[in-house]
Amino acid sequence: MIKLEEHKDLTVNQGIEKLAAPAKVYLPLSQHLGKICAPLVRAADTVLLAQKIAAAQAHVFSPIHSSVSGRVAAIEDWPHPVLGRCKAIAIENDGLDRTENPCLPAGREKPKTEDEIGRLTPEEIRSLVFEAGVVGMGGASLPSHIKLFPPKPVDTLIINAAECEPYLTCDYRLALEKTKEILLGIGLIKKCLAVKNVIIAIEDNKPAAIKAFEEAFGSRFSVLGSRRKPNTEHREPIEGVVLRSQYPQGGEKQLIKNILGKEVPSGKLPFDVGVVVHNVATVFAIYEAVYLNKPLYERVVTVTGSCLTHPKNLLVRIGTPISELIAACGPLKKEPAKIIIGGPMMGSAQYSLEAPVIKSTGGVVLLDKREAKVQEEEFCIRCGACVRACPAGLEPCLINLASEKEKWTEAKIYRTLDCIECGLCNYVCPAHRPLTQSIKRAKLEVAKGGQAA
Amino acid sequence: MKNNLLVSAAPHLHNKESVSKIMWLVVLSLLPVGAAGVFIFGVSAFRVIILATASSIVTEGICQIISRRKVTVLDGSAALTGILLAFNLPAQAPWWLPAAGAIFSIAIGKQIFGGLGQNIFNPALAGRAFLMASWPKYMTAFTAPLNYDAVTSATPLALLKEGHALQNISYLDLFLGRRGGCIGEVCVAALLAGAAFLLLKGYISWHIPLTYISTVGVFSYCFGGRGLFSGDWLFAILSGGLILGAFFMATDYVTSPLTSRGQVVFGIGCGLLTAVIRLWGGYPEGASYAILMMNAATPIIDRYTKNRVYGYTLKAYE
Repeated sequence: MIKLEEHKDLTVNQGIEKLAAPAKVYLPLSQHLGKICAPLVRAADTVLLAQKIAAAQAHVFSPIHSSVSGRVAAIEDWPHPVLGRCKAIAIENDGLDRTENPCLPAGREKPKTEDEIGRLTPEEIRSLVFEAGVVGMGGASLPSHIKLFPPKPVDTLIINAAECEPYLTCDYRLALEKTKEILLGIGLIKKCLAVKNVIIAIEDNKPAAIKAFEEAFGSRFSVLGSRRKPNTEHREPIEGVVLRSQYPQGGEKQLIKNILGKEVPSGKLPFDVGVVVHNVATVFAIYEAVYLNKPLYERVVTVTGSCLTHPKNLLVRIGTPISELIAACGPLKKEPAKIIIGGPMMGSAQYSLEAPVIKSTGGVVLLDKREAKVQEEEFCIRCGACVRACPAGLEPCLINLASEKEKWTEAKIYRTLDCIECGLCNYVCPAHRPLTQSIKRAKLEVAKGGQAA
Repeated sequence: MKNNLLVSAAPHLHNKESVSKIMWLVVLSLLPVGAAGVFIFGVSAFRVIILATASSIVTEGICQIISRRKVTVLDGSAALTGILLAFNLPAQAPWWLPAAGAIFSIAIGKQIFGGLGQNIFNPALAGRAFLMASWPKYMTAFTAPLNYDAVTSATPLALLKEGHALQNISYLDLFLGRRGGCIGEVCVAALLAGAAFLLLKGYISWHIPLTYISTVGVFSYCFGGRGLFSGDWLFAILSGGLILGAFFMATDYVTSPLTSRGQVVFGIGCGLLTAVIRLWGGYPEGASYAILMMNAATPIIDRYTKNRVYGYTLKAYE
């Protein structure tokens, strides 16, 4: 793991601001891991805020809700922040936020009482979370109800507030400003999973959020590395762990290893070692889904970079084109050369400002010409920087060579499938080789070939 | 905003290191060694360094032009090879010796394999081995230290090999470089200064140098004396090209193992071979041949010293 230049100071003190809903939103039919949704509305239909407008017939998917009220303009191919292009439902906003949900819209929220919450069964909580279209908001976008339903019993719930991606501060601001709500959300997940231990994991560069949590649950965070031993015995009901701010500290597998001292076996999932990890923003969405019946139609996005005069943390309706977010943080100081949705280590560079915010969008990062400069690729000098950096213990330089020669069997022997795509090998490579990219390709090819590869 | 955004795959940040930055910083770390060499052996040492470096760069350029590859003579790697080769030569070498060595190092030692990163053997040591085999007379005619009138003197190790008792040479002499030898190997103080810089900057790790030097020390202590466990281990460490080899030649990225475990194996191998050649071989000095032999073993070391991948038990590797 490596300490990166963080650039979080740009937005770390920017409280969450609400961005006005745009004139038109574009809601891609794929915003989750699993089966792509089919639209439930047609062009020219009238839709309400929070109305379910797309769903699928499958076990793994997450429904999509309208983030404004108005009229469906079209269902068309549209830029997608991760997939490049994807069918999206375009809705013209009438600006009225009309809705049938009595708990909405914002400002007049009426959360359920503790009594009502107490009467909910785990199944009811799961179904509320599923109906609200909540997905993992840390980036992987796995529909969250699945992680409330592990096929094996688990004993530990880890709340991931590490936020190790440089530039991003949206999870930090949420943890700081919505601490109580997050704790209520944790309570819901705890009830579903019936776990003994809850651990909130956070990096040491977020002292204010650590303090907020400590005040809210009345016990101190422990600092990792200080005489902590892996332990499944009884602990505090909710425990906090402070981790060193290093990348990729917030990776699910790294969190489990660093906090609990155990590794998720290759090809297995965290629940195989009795752990479920939820991102802190997901926990907040789960709170909203259950307490307010509010579907996931808005989220906090960090809009940042040296090109912007006023970088901010914005509460944005899903489907808002990123051009609106950038305009809200302007005027531009410099011409951006590259615009990234997500963090700069794992996010995707955008070709169009029409790409909308989706459920997993945590950041919009604008890099200037100097920051975005692409260096020419050179020969590998076997310096081993990638080998030392790789949190998965791989030899990225060798997988890269195998991948470039399309030797998939060799790539498989080098255990390319265990790559977590964190991007560190690329970050440290002095020869500027596109290691991560070629390893991702090798992963796809090896997975395609199955045992034959 | 113009719509000509740059699109590339993640990650979008870089730590700003580059191959040429690393190469030139290694060259920089060798400056004190070069300065010490010139101070100890006079201007003729400077002449050898310049000749070897210039020949390396020119050869690299010519090879790249002939093979129609990108000319990268300024990336520092050819300069580094030239300097390291010069450090392995005596100061009184005739002018064509460093030139011939540099041409061999670059053309045969490096470019024939495909250039930077592709070679099997350390190019500077390949050049030295070539010169040693071709013109041993010139390669072993050493200048006496601090005597610029070119009095030839044997190295302490050579004297020992021939059965002479060592007189008038203290550990301090060895440490500061008051002894006969190659330009870059004599001043241990300057070598350690350069090595400390590279270790602190993280461009080399301790694994190879530490295991290499301590293996030579232990082996020489055990078997280097008249009986067992009576060898002069400090002399073994300070003399010859061990310090130069351990910090600057054995740590060559291209020709040494990738993982720390592999580097430990590599260092111990270098140490054993160096000590064996010194004690029982035909040459007084063994560092360069030891490193070359271990270079050849690097692929197989790499194969058996992989890191444990996250999520695998060690059993999975058996």
